[in-house]
Amino acid sequence: MRKLFVPVLIVVAAMLAYSPFMIAGADYESSMGIISKILYFHAPSGMVMLLSAMVCGIASAIYLWRKSPGADRLAIAAAELTALFGLIVIVTGPMWAKKAWGIWWDWEPRLTMSFVGWLISLSYLFVRKYAGPGSDKLGAALAVFGSVNVPFIYVSVNIWRTLHPKTTVVPTLPPGMRGPFWFSALTLFLLYLLLLNARLHLERQRTALDELYLAEEDRS
Amino acid sequence: MMRRVRAAAWTVLSTLLLTVPAMAFQPPTGQEQFVPAKSLPQTEQMPAGPLLLTAYAFIWVAVAFYVWTIWRRLNKVEQEMRALAQKTSRR
Repeated sequence: MRKLFVPVLIVVAAMLAYSPFMIAGADYESSMGIISKILYFHAPSGMVMLLSAMVCGIASAIYLWRKSPGADRLAIAAAELTALFGLIVIVTGPMWAKKAWGIWWDWEPRLTMSFVGWLISLSYLFVRKYAGPGSDKLGAALAVFGSVNVPFIYVSVNIWRTLHPKTTVVPTLPPGMRGPFWFSALTLFLLYLLLLNARLHLERQRTALDELYLAEEDRS
Repeated sequence: MMRRVRAAAWTVLSTLLLTVPAMAFQPPTGQEQFVPAKSLPQTEQMPAGPLLLTAYAFIWVAVAFYVWTIWRRLNKVEQEMRALAQKTSRR
């Protein structure tokens, strides 16, 4: 991945620069007008947030089971990105809702569960930073519960009656909206991989520093 | 007697002269009931364009800030590693 980092970075930067033009040329949704264009980055950010929460949960489960430090590092990196993309979803969603529904927020299942998912990722980060010894296992357990929430966030719009559009919207997007949507989704997914890689590198360097300190202590 | 009549007449006249403009500058009476409307005029509706641009700009700012925090934290760790390596090599 280290060899691929720079080429992928160039591709992502080009895609990020081109995406506003692609979104500007995309079709509007008939009842919502221009505000419907938030779809092209709100929904992919939500997809990346859910993916990241799953990565964090699975890596944490592996860490609890096998005590693998690599899995723990991946879990921390993924949790931070869940918090970042969750924040994007939670900020851009109400801007869309204000125009589409006439309200900034509604405590309906999809919004509430997404908010809870985001809070779980923040809790994980706070536990890892401030809970002291044993915070790795406590955090890992929290992340597993966070990943269990993910399928419920996804299907919530189909089970309960909600204001939020259903999961059938994305697979049935018309051609004028489908291309820009998947282009934006791919851009954000590649951006996610890049950020995850950079964050993992930071965590590896921190581990190396800890090992250096331990070696120094042994010598003195 | 005439002086009193004249004073009263002046009082009435000056009161009238002051009251008319004072009444003219009074604010309109308070609303007695609200009238519901199903839709707002086009000029009063919240514009969607700025909301869309704010949402898009927020993503850029959030990602840029996050990249900056990674860069800052990485610099700090690597600086500490170099300092530790120097300390070790001096011994």
